[in-house]
Formats: sequence, C-alpha cells, structure tokens
Amino acid sequence: MFASPDILVLFAHLAIHRSKINRAMIDAISGLERVVFHDLLETYPDFYIDIEREQALLRRAAFIVFQHPIYWYGAPAIFKHWQDVVLTRGFAYGEGGTALQGKQFALAVSTGGLPDTYRADGIHRYPLEVFLRPFEQMAHFCGMRYLPPLVLQGGHDLPEAVIAAHARRFRQWLEDYRPGKATGAHKE
Amino acid sequence: MEGHGPLFNVFIFLLAAVIAVPLSTRLGLGSVLGYLLAGVVIGPWGVALIADPRDILHFAEFGVVLLLFLIGLELNPQRLWALRRPILGMGGLQVLGTTAALGGAALLLGFEWRAALMAGMALALSSTAIGLQLLTERNLLPTAAGSASFSILLFQDIAVIPMLAIIPVLAGRHPETTMYSHWISFFTAAAVIGGIIVGGRFLTRLLLRIIAATRLRELFTAFSLLLVVSIALLMQVIGLSMALGTFLAGVLLADSEYRHALESDIEPFKGLLLGLFFIAVGMSVDFGLLLQRPGLVLLMVLGLLAIKAAVLYGLGRWSGLPLSQQALFAIVLSPGGEFAFVLVTVAVASGAMLPAARDLLVGVVALSMMTTPLLLSLNQRFIEPRFAAPTPPAMDVVAHEHNPVLIAGFGRFGQIVGRLLHANGVGTTVLDHDPEHIEMVRKFGFKVFFGDGTRLDLLSAAGADQARLLVVAVDDPEQALRIARLAREHFPNLLLLGRAWDVAHVFQMQDQGVAEVERETFEGALRLGERALIRLGFTAWQAKQAVHQFRAHDEKLLAELYQHFQEDLEVRAAISMSARVRLREQMQKDEVFFGAHRDADWQTSNDGPGRPEPVTGRDTDAP
Repeated sequence: MFASPDILVLFAHLAIHRSKINRAMIDAISGLERVVFHDLLETYPDFYIDIEREQALLRRAAFIVFQHPIYWYGAPAIFKHWQDVVLTRGFAYGEGGTALQGKQFALAVSTGGLPDTYRADGIHRYPLEVFLRPFEQMAHFCGMRYLPPLVLQGGHDLPEAVIAAHARRFRQWLEDYRPGKATGAHKE
Repeated sequence: MEGHGPLFNVFIFLLAAVIAVPLSTRLGLGSVLGYLLAGVVIGPWGVALIADPRDILHFAEFGVVLLLFLIGLELNPQRLWALRRPILGMGGLQVLGTTAALGGAALLLGFEWRAALMAGMALALSSTAIGLQLLTERNLLPTAAGSASFSILLFQDIAVIPMLAIIPVLAGRHPETTMYSHWISFFTAAAVIGGIIVGGRFLTRLLLRIIAATRLRELFTAFSLLLVVSIALLMQVIGLSMALGTFLAGVLLADSEYRHALESDIEPFKGLLLGLFFIAVGMSVDFGLLLQRPGLVLLMVLGLLAIKAAVLYGLGRWSGLPLSQQALFAIVLSPGGEFAFVLVTVAVASGAMLPAARDLLVGVVALSMMTTPLLLSLNQRFIEPRFAAPTPPAMDVVAHEHNPVLIAGFGRFGQIVGRLLHANGVGTTVLDHDPEHIEMVRKFGFKVFFGDGTRLDLLSAAGADQARLLVVAVDDPEQALRIARLAREHFPNLLLLGRAWDVAHVFQMQDQGVAEVERETFEGALRLGERALIRLGFTAWQAKQAVHQFRAHDEKLLAELYQHFQEDLEVRAAISMSARVRLREQMQKDEVFFGAHRDADWQTSNDGPGRPEPVTGRDTDAP
C-alpha cells in the first residue's frame, strides 16, 4: 500500500540497554514498512552528524517523530545538536528553507515522574506541555504541523502490562497516520 | 623374521595400524580394538611378521606415560584437589573390593594364598590406556561415568606403588633388609616427588620460557619430550610409576601458559605410541596357552570381567551415577591393565608366583583388554539406547573455559585492545609467542597461550570454535593475513577484527574477510594532528570537527579505493607496490574535497532560533 517509508522516527536514549519503555516501543514498531527508525546516538556516538544524510532523511519523510525519554525538561543532548546542525537556514527556514513545509511532527516521549508531579503543586511545577513548547515552536518555525504528543509518565515503576499496552499504542499511532491527517492524541 | 631392520618393523606397524584402525572405526568398534587386532595379526600367532613383542611393549609403554602427562595438563592442582573425594573414595573402594573378590576367585582356582592376593591386586587394576582412550574417543570423559572412571584410574596409578612394595614382603624375602630398603626408597620417592613439584612449578617454566624465546618450534617439541622422558626415567630409577610421575608434572604445568603448546606438541607422539602399545598387547596374547586350556582361559577372562564389572556396577549405583551410565562405567574399567603385566612379573621374580601362572594371567589380561572395546560398542548399541535420556556432562574434568574474545598478538597494539576489553569485564584469551609479553599479562589475569595464531591447533585449543571475536593484532602483516585466512577457513562463525599495516594491508585483510580493519597508526596520528590544530589556535571543538570530517572523508576514500583495488588489477598492483602512489592518490582526492570546502564555513551557519537557555534543575529528580 505504501510505496516507500513516509515516517521517520528519530531516537536517542543514553541507556537503552536498561530501558523498558523505549525498548518495548522500539520492538513494537520494528518491521513496520513505512517507518524508518533512526537511532542518533548509535549512528553518531561522537556527535559528528552527517548533515546531508539527515537532511535527505527528512526530505523523504512526511511524518517526523522524536522518540526519547525526557531529560532535564527536554530531549537528550544529541537532539539539540541535531537541531543545531541539521535544521539550518536555507534548509528548514529562512530564504529557500522550505524542506519541511507541510510535514507533520510529533513527540513520543516518556517521563520518570508521574503526571501529578507536573502540576503547579508538583515538584516539576509546570504541566509537561510547557516543557514541550520549544519542540512545538520548532515545528511551527519550520512550517510543520505539530501533532499532540504520545506520552507515558511514571516510567520508574510501571507494570509490564502498562508498558506493553503503551508500546502497542505507539505502533497503532504510527500505523494510523495518514498524510495530511492528524493522528489521535494520547496522553496517559 | 629376525634380522629385519627397525625400519621394516616401523613399516609393518604403520601399515597394520593404517589398515586395521579405519576398518575397526568404520565398524563402530573404535580404534583401540583395531590396534589390538592389528597386533594379533602381525604378532607371533598371526603372520608372525614381528617375532618378539616384549621389547616393543616395553617401549610403547611410553605412550601411556605421555597419555598421563597430557591428562595431567588438563587438570590443574585446584581441579585435582576438587576431585580428591571421588579419587580416594571410589578409587579406594574399587581397588580393595576388586582385589578381595578376585583374590578369592584365584583361591578357588587353586592359587596359593599369597599368589592369589598378588593376582587379585594385579587384576584389580584397569587399563588406563584403554579406559581413557575409549572414553575420549567417544567423548565420554566429561560425563559423570567418565569422571568417576578417571578418578579410579588415577587412584590405581597411585596404588601401584604400595602394591609393588608389598609383593616382596608378602613373598617373605628378607623382611628386615626389605623393610629397611623400603624406608629408604620411601624417602627417595618423597624427595623425588617433592623435586618434581618444585621443579615443575618453577624451574620448568623458566626453562620453557628460555626455550620459547629461541622461537624454534622443533626445539620446543624436543624440550617437551625431554621433559617427559627425564621425569619418566627419574621415576623408573626410584621404582615408581612413570605414568604417575609425568602425570604429576602435567598437573604442575596445567595452569602454565605453555600448556597448549605442550599439548599440541606431545599429542601426536602420544597417539602413535599408544597405538603401538595396543598393537604390542595384541601381539603378546599367547594363543598357544589359550589353545592348550581354552576352557580355563575363557572361564578366567569371563570371571575377571564379570567380577570387576560387578564391583564397579555396585560402586556406580552406590555413588549415584545416572542409570544410563552405570553399565558404561562398569564396562570401561573391567579389563585388566598394563600394570598387571608389571605386577605379575615382579610377583614371579619374588618367588611367590609360578611362571606358568604369570603366562596365564598375562594372556587373560590381554584377552580382557580386547573384549572391552567390543563390549562397550555392544553397550552403546543395545543397552544405552534403552535409556533415552541423553547423558549430560556432569563434571568438567577436561572441559576448557571459553572466552568470547581471542587476541592474536599481544604487543603494543594488542595490549591496548586487550586492556580495554579486560577493563570492561570482557573475557579475553591471548595468543602470543613472545615470552616477555606472556609473562607480563599473565600477572593481570589474562588467559595466555604461548604460540602464534598461525597454528590451527593452537587456535582450536584457545577456543576459536567457541569464541565470538578474533582480534588479529600481530605486528607482521603477512602473519596477520595467514591468521585471518586460517580462521576464516576453519572457524567461519568467528568474527574477525584486524590491525592493518597500511592501506594495501587494509585491503588484503578485507579480502580475507576481516570485518573490521584499523590502520595501526591512523587514530594516533589524527589525535596528534588534532592537538596540533589546537596549538595553532583552533578551538577544541573546531579541531575535533576537523578531525571528524577528515576521518569521514578518508574512510569514504578508502572504500572507493578498495572498489578499484578489487576491480582493477593495475590499480591493485600500484597500490600494493608503492606507498607513494597511494599517497599521491589520497592527496589529490583531499585537494578536491577540502579545496571546495575550505573557504566555506563547514560548521553550521545556523543563526535561526537564537542561543539556547541553559536548563537549571535544582531540587528536581531527573525526569
């Protein structure tokens, strides 16, 4: 049905060998023909990013997903560096920078803290959406449509069944994606 | 047939073995029976090509000595100590029980009591050579039955010493002087064994290191043999079992780095001499006697096998061997052994046994040795299949430990690879032929084998069939290629990583299927180049990026060049022959690539969404 992969999942995790949630999510989407899964730290362990290759990957995708755990209210550092070197003027924005126009963008993130820690009276003091705004704005600045994120919170001791269900939901979320159509938002 | 030169005898032995053994193994009877039958055929009662087997038997006993040395090499002192219970318990019970039972049977046959006791002792001993050969050949040594058999055989080898000592006493010959001389010989024996322990542990290793440093393989082989021969002679002089002495020497060298080199050097000699030993046993079966009193001989052979097997079967049950292995255990140790020949000879010399009885016993023992391989084959074919459960390996008497990584060559390069892996808890086995390297790294707990990786036997011994990676880190490009070729041929599952000399060598290594190749000087030179850039005023980040970019460019270049190298014979020749051609080619490509980029700011010209604000995370648990 799909001639070529149209979903690009960019991924980073500093300790994937200890991860449960992201491991399960990766396993759940492996083998999906329309998904290109791209582990940034595995490809660029020393942060020397092949810019042309990354830009080519982005051009080919219609739906771009950042999959990662939330570290310090954001993405693992290589995502930031990736933004700095790949989303350049003339490619992602500015004059002639239209490569990402009209694409869709979403986050698939997990947090260690439970949802109620991300409230005015919780230790993180702000809702998670607040911390995700730089990504929302990045998408907007590059002319992409920002879709509601797929979130799993409380990763430190979630039961296996919940993690497995989340992984299945992730797979479904990607499978349900239709070009030009917003995929359903999920938040646990 | 007298008067034939020794070369003719050698010819006959080899011919007989080469014909009989493959036939026997093809029939599923194992090599031992093949050798024995070959001996019968060429011996005095066959076509009589060889007249007197006795000298040959004597000479070939050295095969047993080598066998025990090799077994010793597999058992380091700790492992031997761990086996002390089965050795003393099972071994002691077997020797005492069988001696009593067989002695009783001999009394019934009309032997005088002292002769009966001597016969009992002599026959209680089993054949180490046959037992172990049968077990190793069928790969049964790691099973519970194999381990128990081994323990008993070891105890028997030790038990020979007091047996030899007690025979003259039993015969009642000059008890005082005998006792006195026995005390003397006891102390001599203790001193010699102490000497072997000290010498084996320290002196031998030192000598091996010196010999190894000559890098002459044949000299190392010669020294290995010299070592075994001299210990055997020493034991002979003081009247102890040669096999026991060399076994001890083997044990003491079992945890030395030369163990596998010794093993692979001695192994062929052992095989040949042991074969010769079996042939000689086959030749010494006195069929004249057998034909004279066939009923008695048959009765004695059956009686011997039945009584020994019964005692062993009882022991096997008592010690809780798996059901499926009890029969095997009983059969393997049921024949008489080579020490019986020695003991009855001593018994006759002591005057307590008649020469006729000796001939009878020798014949019975030899025949029992021939029936055992046959019985074992029958057992494997008809009895064992009834116990469907496969026999799981129970004790790792001779199992090797296996590390996932082998490093061939532990010089300046291999050491760094090894240290990195070692520091991260990766088990590493090292092969090196430089005694100095070996000595150094052994202290840090690496498993080290002496020798270079171009030897198949050494690679096998080091566990190449079990390992996941082989890092070829030798400093000789040709040797590296040979190792890679050998490993790819014989261990196709082993992933190869290689140290390369230069670009041409990189390509040659890749041709040999080496998955990861690294030029030995490349990374170090880049590092130094990076520091040079920094000293010239580049920021550390700038310099690092420059190095990254250069490396990426160079790797791409290398991949392109390799394609030419594979496709174009002229390019291949040019690259292989001249470092200057390669350099010119590389520099030209560098110019094309970097010339275009040099002026452009190759770093990101990203002036978009401003500088990031640092995230401060006081009093938060990292989400």
